[in-house]
Amino acid sequence: MNQITAILEGIGSTIQLLFRAASYTPSLWRQRARFIDQCYQIGYTTLPIVAILSFFIGSVLALQAGYSMSNFGAKQFIGSLVGLSMARELGPVMAAILLAGRVGSAIAAELASMKVYQEVDALVTMNIPPAKILVLPRLAAVLVMMPVLAIIADLVGWFGGAIISKYTQSIAIEPEAYFSVLRRFMVFKDVLNGLIKAEVFGFAIVLVCCNIGLNTRGGPREIGASVTKAVVVSLILILVLDYFVTKALM
Amino acid sequence: MACSPTRNPFSHTESPAVGVSIEHLSKKFGSMQVLKDISFSVDPGEIFVLMGPSGSGKSVLLKHIVGLEQPTAGRVLVDGRDASLEDTREHVHMALVFQAGALFNSLSVYDNLALYPREHQVADEAGIREKVMRALQILSLENAAQKSPSELSGGMKKRVAIARALVMEPQLMLYDEPTSELDPVMSATISEIIATLKDEYHVTTIVVSHDRELALGIADRVGILMGGELVSLGTPAELKTPKDPRVAEFLYPKIDLKNPRFKKLET
Repeated sequence: MNQITAILEGIGSTIQLLFRAASYTPSLWRQRARFIDQCYQIGYTTLPIVAILSFFIGSVLALQAGYSMSNFGAKQFIGSLVGLSMARELGPVMAAILLAGRVGSAIAAELASMKVYQEVDALVTMNIPPAKILVLPRLAAVLVMMPVLAIIADLVGWFGGAIISKYTQSIAIEPEAYFSVLRRFMVFKDVLNGLIKAEVFGFAIVLVCCNIGLNTRGGPREIGASVTKAVVVSLILILVLDYFVTKALM
Repeated sequence: MACSPTRNPFSHTESPAVGVSIEHLSKKFGSMQVLKDISFSVDPGEIFVLMGPSGSGKSVLLKHIVGLEQPTAGRVLVDGRDASLEDTREHVHMALVFQAGALFNSLSVYDNLALYPREHQVADEAGIREKVMRALQILSLENAAQKSPSELSGGMKKRVAIARALVMEPQLMLYDEPTSELDPVMSATISEIIATLKDEYHVTTIVVSHDRELALGIADRVGILMGGELVSLGTPAELKTPKDPRVAEFLYPKIDLKNPRFKKLET
């Protein structure tokens, strides 16, 4: 019963935080330095790891698809399989998982330590709402950077698949043929759906991690507990939202 | 202590000191009663020192005054406004100097001080620089402006926290254990700073402290909190000869090696 109450409290406080942060949107232009800093943290520093992971996901997809599709002479369709899988599902989901692990944990740790060491209380006494300067710039930055990360994940995944398809003896498909099939079976809506998913996942991750960080109580041990909680909740949220967003976009 | 109301040098307008009234304040955390029906008031421009053993509820009371905690019963009025309402912080300039400073570790000392005027757009960048450097100068911290809080000693952190509060042009200054963890000379320095700021800028001051020297040296009145109850309220002169044995024991404990207290606590 206590756990259900805690979950409901968490949902309630997250929604409250969202509305509070949204109410300060007009101040975003004055906070552009913080916004740019968060774009750098969320986007630029996450980019290399997203690219590396997406390359190997695209590669593995091509390898597995090549192995099974060769059996019934359909290996020329590998491009469409990798393309659609990356754009509609794996690109946004993997970018979101990396965001949760890398950025979400950092946000939860920073805000939790600010809360534990009374920096958040100091902001409140200075009549500077934490939702305004700690949450809003992060939410705005993730809305801008998440589609960029998802597009890069898609592109790098596609190229990973193309390279493996060319240089794996059992597949041996030229990049021209690979991309030709990819283009033929994909429409813009496939990419757009993936970008919408990425946007929803990224926004939810940052909001939840901010809320968990700001609701930390206790000492240094609770900072670690908050980081763990933020990452676990984010990962669960990504998969739950994935189902509902996919269904909504069908 | 002599009180000479002067204009706050940081402000473009007069910012008169405000009074604080605590009316039947009680606070419970779960089943634990931390504050029990506390009532007292602090006059505008007064230095009020709140003393008491650890865990007696002093810091919780301070958080109620600044609106960080909501009362279970009773209320706190600052300049006649309910302290638990966000609106009050917009009308009354209150500054709390936290025990550990609560400086923003990701910002330099200068940016810590400049945060409030920048966020509230009280001046342009040149005006903010003037205010910040003035506050740093008053507390002899000019050379620390570009340092990170992690590079500062305990005493410097407390002074930076006071300087940050000063930039807010407060009408009410609250200090949470301002002399804890400091050597005797630095404790005396901080006490002198608190008294000087009150005298020069006519700011109402509430100090939570264990420091008897500070209380007797700078307070206009002293309240003693024990077990969540206000057991004594009087002037420093009255406290020199306390009538309540609990207050006498707290203020003037004698070290008795033949009959140590911790052995009494065990039984």
